[in-house]
Amino acid sequence: MYANFDLHLPKDLSAALAILGDAGDDAKVMPLAGGTNLIVDIRARSLTPAALVGIGDISHLRGIDVTNGQVVMGGKTTVSDILRSPELTDRASSLVDSARVFGGQMVRNTATVAGNICYASPAADLVPPLLVLDAEVTLERREGERTLPLSEFYLDYKRTARRPDELLTRITWPARSSDSVDLFYKLARRKGDAITIAGIAVALGVADGKCTRARIALGAVAPIVMRALEAERMLEGETLTPELIEAAAHQAAQAASPVDDLRASGKYRRHCVQVLTSRLLTQAWRRLS
Amino acid sequence: MNKTKQITLLINGRTHRAAVPANETLLETLRGLGYFEVKSGCEKGDCGACAVLVDDEAVDSCLTLTWTVKTQRVTTVSGLGTIEDPHPLHTAFIERGAAQCGFCTPGLIIAAESMLRNDTRDPSLDDMRLALSGNLCRCTGYTKVFDAVTAAARVVREEGGPK
Repeated sequence: MYANFDLHLPKDLSAALAILGDAGDDAKVMPLAGGTNLIVDIRARSLTPAALVGIGDISHLRGIDVTNGQVVMGGKTTVSDILRSPELTDRASSLVDSARVFGGQMVRNTATVAGNICYASPAADLVPPLLVLDAEVTLERREGERTLPLSEFYLDYKRTARRPDELLTRITWPARSSDSVDLFYKLARRKGDAITIAGIAVALGVADGKCTRARIALGAVAPIVMRALEAERMLEGETLTPELIEAAAHQAAQAASPVDDLRASGKYRRHCVQVLTSRLLTQAWRRLS
Repeated sequence: MNKTKQITLLINGRTHRAAVPANETLLETLRGLGYFEVKSGCEKGDCGACAVLVDDEAVDSCLTLTWTVKTQRVTTVSGLGTIEDPHPLHTAFIERGAAQCGFCTPGLIIAAESMLRNDTRDPSLDDMRLALSGNLCRCTGYTKVFDAVTAAARVVREEGGPK
């Protein structure tokens, strides 16, 4: 590659955080995980880091555990790890479905969950499922760590709450039982190796015939992956009918702010939000009742 | 200027020592050492022509910085077998006509081998589509590729495991 940069390969987390800490707010020192976005951007010269901090040797940041009713996923967990995890098949089917339509095999083998979150593409496929699962992210820096809801992590297009000296080390969400369903659908030209036109995730919880928890997340139809909060509120506390689902899906489509690009027009994207949200809510509600 | 350091790589069972700059990709290193079966295609993780095994997992060598290859064990399509003793995937690709121009073939075989080692040795059509979704082929239409992988997987199962 023509680009010039230094490459640090710290042996453990504290060494990595020390290098990032010494750089302080210098965003030219960047963490390198799978590199499936970063290396592409460096080669295209849209990113020009002075140094990369490779976190490949920090093995404890990779893995999926279920403890005390929480699913805990290390930031360095790869997309293929999600597909190979028996823990997730029943607990996060939306996330497993999004992993299945993520890039191609070689990208899935190296791309990490933290990388997909922090790169902050509006089309990031793992993010809508993580939002409807109520995921929280833990950011660590030399001085300490903080945890915030993923829904508060995204500030604007490719802008996040992560400071340059922080690493996203953990993603956690409550493990739910059979009274909850989460689903994901990616609309794209192909199932594999394609950038998403619209990626929709929904989650519903039910008790006594009423919807107790509704989550709708929309990918690739706004500057950030967004929750359709107003549509969610229309569903909670109600018994879902086809009319109510249609109204909520309409509300979600209105909340989106899709752009025209080479993959689809904004008008088509908004239409797809309505259709897919309605379809997923109907499927989820049917499974619960 | 980029820093350079001496790296030891075990490629197809053969040890190489090379001075590698920080910004060098595994694709550049491999082709620099003469492993021309590793193809340079899109250089952005879309086409899979540069796929190699690092340990037992297929990666795009164009997106991998050589310094980060921790265990240093790299296998290209030529490392899976020889002319005298080909890998079942080699044989099946030839017998089923799964290679036409041949540019994507090294990556396809590596991705298929990665699936057989890590995911399933009895792949359905959907399993193969998932495993090969990062490999673009503009000649075959994939049908004969899936035929070949199915046939090779059967041989691998009968032999009791991938090499």
